[in-house]
Amino acid sequence: MTVSATETKFSDLTRMPDARGHFGPYGGRFVSETLSFALEELEQTYLSLRDDPAFQAEFDRDLAHYVGRPSPLYHAERWSQSLGGAQIWLKREDLNHTGAHKVNNTIGQALLAKKTGKPRVIAETGAGQHGVATATVAARLGLECDVYMGAADVQRQKLNVYRMHLLGARVIPVESGTRTLKDAMNEALRDWVTNVDNTFYIIGTVAGPHPYPQLVRDFNAVVGREARRQSLEQIGRLPDALVACVGGGSNALGLFYPFVEDDAVAMYGVEAGGDGLETGRHAAPLSSNAPRGVLHGNRTYLMSDEAGQVSDTHSISAGLDYPGVGPEHALWKDVGRVNYVAANDKEVLEAFRELTHMEGIMPALESAHALAHAKVLAPTMRTDQHIVVNLSGRGDKDIMTVANIDGIEF
Amino acid sequence: MNRIDQRFSELKQQGRKALIPYITAGDPAPHYTVGFMHALVEAGADILELGVPFSDPMADGPVIQKACERALQQGTRLVDLLDMVAEFRQADTTTPVVLMGYLNPIERIGYEVFANKAASVGVDGVLVVDMPPEEAEEFGPLLKARDLAAIFLVAPTTSHARAATICAHGEGYLYYVSLKGVTGAATLNAEDVANHLAPLRGMTDLPLCVGFGIRDGATAAEVAKVADGVIVGSALVNRIADSLDAPETIAGQLKSVLAEMRTAMDA
Ligand SMILES: Cc1ncc(COP(=O)(O)O)c(C=O)c1O
Repeated sequence: MTVSATETKFSDLTRMPDARGHFGPYGGRFVSETLSFALEELEQTYLSLRDDPAFQAEFDRDLAHYVGRPSPLYHAERWSQSLGGAQIWLKREDLNHTGAHKVNNTIGQALLAKKTGKPRVIAETGAGQHGVATATVAARLGLECDVYMGAADVQRQKLNVYRMHLLGARVIPVESGTRTLKDAMNEALRDWVTNVDNTFYIIGTVAGPHPYPQLVRDFNAVVGREARRQSLEQIGRLPDALVACVGGGSNALGLFYPFVEDDAVAMYGVEAGGDGLETGRHAAPLSSNAPRGVLHGNRTYLMSDEAGQVSDTHSISAGLDYPGVGPEHALWKDVGRVNYVAANDKEVLEAFRELTHMEGIMPALESAHALAHAKVLAPTMRTDQHIVVNLSGRGDKDIMTVANIDGIEF
Repeated sequence: MNRIDQRFSELKQQGRKALIPYITAGDPAPHYTVGFMHALVEAGADILELGVPFSDPMADGPVIQKACERALQQGTRLVDLLDMVAEFRQADTTTPVVLMGYLNPIERIGYEVFANKAASVGVDGVLVVDMPPEEAEEFGPLLKARDLAAIFLVAPTTSHARAATICAHGEGYLYYVSLKGVTGAATLNAEDVANHLAPLRGMTDLPLCVGFGIRDGATAAEVAKVADGVIVGSALVNRIADSLDAPETIAGQLKSVLAEMRTAMDA
């Protein structure tokens, strides 16, 4: 709480968090005492391994041969041309094994789980992508796996629920609260507090208590490192802008982090605008300037009412339907390194359809938020300028949602 | 002297252990709460823990989660709790009142504004479940300056080093969480509790109170043998939940649950 965000320089951003997990005034470890020990243990395990060449080599090997990295940087020429401005390049995280960036992090955390020797993993999931990625690594390592998922999300992401079943995981629908991602995280924390001796909690985004925001960022930073190198090779220079959707913020931080000191590279984090920021029915704590608050172990921008009760959120995409956001994004907003904007459901569907038609790539509805903003941004730029968009996941899981909107029942 | 310290020194002289009931304020509706508080005192409560309802009670099991939902449906806010304490104090100036809840409602009001208001209405201690001492650097001193006790949790998983930190920062009493789990979970193991309390005695003079898993006179008495105080929550809140269609009977039921514990503990 002592460091104010306005005193933070861009170059300081590479040295976050501090030893206690604070990103300026944000982050931290706001948990009940029972979990403190497990978090200290996780922090020690992570800090001892992250600079260990053998651990890095194992992580890199899994990313190469199991996930299929590096993911391509694809020039969406036809779409760029139709927008009539900057060239749009798609970082193809949708081509990863399991279909999203989420697996980068679950591979990393699974390696940590293996080191701690715990036989069981749990996860929370919204869209189901993180649940699928966790169930996948659990299957591979022979770990027991329980995934908490809001009952409303179980309904709208049925395909991923069945995928998790096939992978041998148990999906536990959460009926409390708003029956979405935040409630799934509450329930996962309750499970962890009860089974902390034998259970490793694989958190799916750059939120939660320290050290999760840091380690999830680090495991996803492979996206940005590759994109930076690929830009230099394929474009011949760094891009002018980066665009990524922000739910908890892991795909965005993964892409942005390796570019943070490249001052000429503009960054746009796109939140879920839902029915529109002006309606209040959205999931955009940063771009709507929500108050600061504490939830799920960290201080951040948090949508809540005047009494401090966490607000209901709304988004067409289950993976972005969350009232908070990773604490590092909160700091990056305050220092002005990233522009946080929102795309509403209607714009997102348009972008989803447009990319599918014009490039033959069906994006996840989450990723379509980033595309929706690229659509706004590109025409304001010159044709010799370049935008890299994080295509964080593929859209197969969303076909039912889109079909329902089209009035089609299977 | 803070009412909590006063109460524990009286109890010590009498050779008795503290009985500390918890209810969620505003459950089943705000206008019942002050009456419940008085009823609990009549049945033998030494200190009252008043739960601040929160939308996302991560450390609570289903019983207290539902209590929070009922209280929030009735629009109970932290400022309303402070009014309840003020009203309670008109008739009871000696029973200590501890507010227990999660940090966000306090953050939203602002630490200093909250601390001022809490002190002025007669709150005696504050226990924020999701604020360990490391995160209380700003809030803790604001409480201390107003003679409000900052009460912290100790868990079965707490390391020796952490326990020392918690003892150094804690005031009022230490709240020992008897088991790994959420509120309302399985019954506790008294021997295990005794084993965990022993090293704490060497670190602090603070009274050691035990919560989680105390459901009846028998468990209360067992814990009272090894601890300085017994905290009971879900067993009371369950009575509220079971009597929503006859709320006028709740105060009497709370009294009988607590009186049974009091008798068993004092026997
Ligand atoms: C494809 C995809 N993109 C993005 C997200 C949002 O998460 P984050 O903001 O952590 O990247 C999700 C979450 O489920 C997702 O499945």
